[in-house]
Amino acid sequence: MTTVVTAFSPGTRRGFELLLIVVSVAVSCAAYALVGLAVDGMLPVRLLAIGGGLLGLGLALHVVIRVAAPYADPVLVPIALLINGIGLVMIHRLDLAEDTSFAVRQLGATAIGIVAAGALLVVLRDHRRLRAYTYTAMVVGLVLLLLPLVPGLGQEVRGARIWIDLGVTTFQPAELGKIAVVVFFAGYLVVARDTLSLVGPKVLGLRLPRARDLGPILVAWVASVGILVFERDLGTSLLFFGIFVAMLYVATERVSWIVIGLGLFVAGCLVAYELFGHVRNRVRVWLDPFDPELVTGPSYQVVQGMYGMADGGLLGTGLGRGSPDIVPFAESDFIVASLGEELGLAGLFAVLVLYGILVQRGLRTAIGVRDGFGKLLAAGLAFSIALQVFVVAGGVTGLIPLTGLTMPLLAYGGSSLLGSWLVVALLLRVSDLARRPDLPVRPGAPAPALSPQDENPTQVVRLP
Amino acid sequence: MNGPLRRLSVVVALLLGSLLLSTTWVQFVNAGEISAGQGNVREVYREFGRERGPIVVGGDPVAVSTEVGGDYRFLREYPAGPLYAHATGYYSIVYGTSGIERTNNDVLAGTADALFYSRIGQILTGEDPSGGSVQLTLDPAVQQAAAEALGDQRGAVIALEPATGRVLAMVSSPSYDPDRLSSHDLGDVREAWEELNADEGRPLENRALSGRLYPPGSVFKIVTAAAALESGDYTPETELPGGAELDLPLTDATLPNYGRRPCEADGTTTLADAMRTSCNPAFGQIGIDLGAEAIREQAAEIGYLADLDIPLPVTPATVPGDLNAPQSAQAAIGQFDVRVAPIHIAMTSAAVANDGLVMTPQLVRSIRGPDLQVVEDIQPEPLSTAFSPETAAALTDMMVSVVEDGTGTAAQIPGVQVAGKTGTAQTGNDTDPHAWFTSFAPADDPQVAVAVVVENGGDLGSETSGGRVAAPVARAVMEAVLAR
Repeated sequence: MTTVVTAFSPGTRRGFELLLIVVSVAVSCAAYALVGLAVDGMLPVRLLAIGGGLLGLGLALHVVIRVAAPYADPVLVPIALLINGIGLVMIHRLDLAEDTSFAVRQLGATAIGIVAAGALLVVLRDHRRLRAYTYTAMVVGLVLLLLPLVPGLGQEVRGARIWIDLGVTTFQPAELGKIAVVVFFAGYLVVARDTLSLVGPKVLGLRLPRARDLGPILVAWVASVGILVFERDLGTSLLFFGIFVAMLYVATERVSWIVIGLGLFVAGCLVAYELFGHVRNRVRVWLDPFDPELVTGPSYQVVQGMYGMADGGLLGTGLGRGSPDIVPFAESDFIVASLGEELGLAGLFAVLVLYGILVQRGLRTAIGVRDGFGKLLAAGLAFSIALQVFVVAGGVTGLIPLTGLTMPLLAYGGSSLLGSWLVVALLLRVSDLARRPDLPVRPGAPAPALSPQDENPTQVVRLP
Repeated sequence: MNGPLRRLSVVVALLLGSLLLSTTWVQFVNAGEISAGQGNVREVYREFGRERGPIVVGGDPVAVSTEVGGDYRFLREYPAGPLYAHATGYYSIVYGTSGIERTNNDVLAGTADALFYSRIGQILTGEDPSGGSVQLTLDPAVQQAAAEALGDQRGAVIALEPATGRVLAMVSSPSYDPDRLSSHDLGDVREAWEELNADEGRPLENRALSGRLYPPGSVFKIVTAAAALESGDYTPETELPGGAELDLPLTDATLPNYGRRPCEADGTTTLADAMRTSCNPAFGQIGIDLGAEAIREQAAEIGYLADLDIPLPVTPATVPGDLNAPQSAQAAIGQFDVRVAPIHIAMTSAAVANDGLVMTPQLVRSIRGPDLQVVEDIQPEPLSTAFSPETAAALTDMMVSVVEDGTGTAAQIPGVQVAGKTGTAQTGNDTDPHAWFTSFAPADDPQVAVAVVVENGGDLGSETSGGRVAAPVARAVMEAVLAR
């Protein structure tokens, strides 16, 4: 009797990923077919071409993962692909109604995003190498954030100065700046966490940080306010500050940072409310969107979106059978309302749950990975998706005031899509390390170059 | 760091959970209230995107939906223009609906319960949903004759089939073009709407049923005479005062006869002659003797006070019952606070024609599904018994004499015995009186009962009388029915 040694590894789950990718593409194709049947009464002519293209992209990424990140979380790519596919179908459906051609460009952006994600996995074989670029990331992040303010390059669109004109196309640099800033926060906080969590004065049962440690949070706050003031970008400002506070809390385990962060946030909101008319407008619309004075003006978009969602009800009108095109920017800012109308509450729940799983897999990766930098990176990226989804969908459903963010992977927008796929790639990269067994799978394979534990700074013993 | 990460996961769960709640609020819990909000055009798109069933008169559609594409796929058109405007109503994106378009919307839109099976059929076969059709009782020839005879004069004509209550003609003048209000050019629609509402002729009002109410004047004497005969105290031969005026008790005022001429040279008349000559003092005396309450009860028995939906709504008449003697005398000749819609007067003649049995007026004959199968055939329905056949016979004789050699000779049709009654209703001191005429024919086998009101004297102005202005219109309508 001989023992058969096979290459099969129970830990990679790549076959499962392959199956899920095929299912994701199949669901997207089914949705695409439904739109064709509902609008034109026939299957879309390019169903096989586009479905095949999407499947090809998914399979290509799958192959790259098999080679470059064999232990990566098998659920991330299928979910990202499914959300991306549903978004494409909805954008295509709106194209048919509005006689636009956004879907073709979104399809191109999807290809670019997936190729970029694969490339990142190939180039970046270990996420810990990014730690070396902590301060480079800060500079890159800041430059990307400030780029729209450069005269001649930056463009003001609908009141917000968040675009740059690259000649052939326009780009929202903040979408990439977001990633750079998360990398910087992770790199900075993993070093500074002990300093920041040192014992400070205790006030009202809350242990406050030392005054000099407040610096970074104040800088982050000022940067966020700067974005709000100079670029009038409510959403990005909120997003940056939220990510920073969350990562700060994860790094220091100190509730006081959250209290301070929220305090600063509230203060910033009050000041912004007093100073800026556009902020006041958003709040007015939020408080009473159905105010007759606002319905035809400032709250038109929100109210029309709500009409669409209310019309959709529990099960929706069916893809292609509603009128989501009534809502301005139905394919970008209000794609949530478009899905709510045609897929109903059930469909929208499904999409939100997909995001929930995506974020949960990201946080699971953060818990599983053993280096502090990786934990903060994965947590920051996962939380950025959650917060962005919350801010967008919360704005559309009237939970919070509307801000100008896009739904990750779902909404129309090349920069957003590229940024989202890079986030997915980074999560894949971290999860590969998180899920990699300690022992080499095959006898004879070299041991990992670095033992993850060595990356952690020496634990500071806390005094009671 | 795993502790805070777990707590962060809880925060993320809370964020997503609150989104599930807020979407549930918008799409389910509060969806109805949200949908009713200002400027929600989805319902309109959906409604206009569906093929609406036609409204049919005779064999021809008078309201029809044509596919034109665009945001609102189907355009509602009214091939007969203003002729049936008050029956069909309009179907406006901006201003909603009126007429049958409103009252029978569920059939026309295809959502009526009666159309359940054809709707299921459409779902199964994958056909686009379409509505059922509504066949009206109107007769195109009669409607045309009524509209032509009334011409440009303001007023209304309504003709009923006495045995069934079916409305054969319903004209309200001035009319309007429903196409203008149902257009997809919303600017044009708004302009037309403002024009129609600014028009002092109030073309959107359906004067025959539910517009303003009119003082009926002497056509109301049929009701008073019916009340008198039904009381048992009167016969057609009962002697009544027939001078130039009637002294009203309790006051210095008198109730003068038309033109202040005596009804009879000797100052007394019979009930039958009083009807023929439309003698005010005689009917004033009946009013004083019977009391207003008896007249009100008679009017109620004919259906004056009922809330009728035919299915267009009929405004109930006002007939006061609690009056003193002089007021009762005036009410008995259709003055004081008595106000009626033309359909009430038509129902009165129809009641006389139908041996005292009042049939519920009906404007809808049948309802058909999208497959043209009859879904509902509307059967004649009795509304009430207004008076005995004997009273009806006596009233018929009196009304025949009105047309033969009384005030209504203008309604004579060669070879046909016509029963009728004229009315010239004072409207105040500064305006010309309304001219009324109501009749039915043939008297021995009634096919049609008709009521005509011509506002403020019509073409004749202050020289008007029911006999001169309104009777020829009624004659034209009766002739159209008899020529069928």
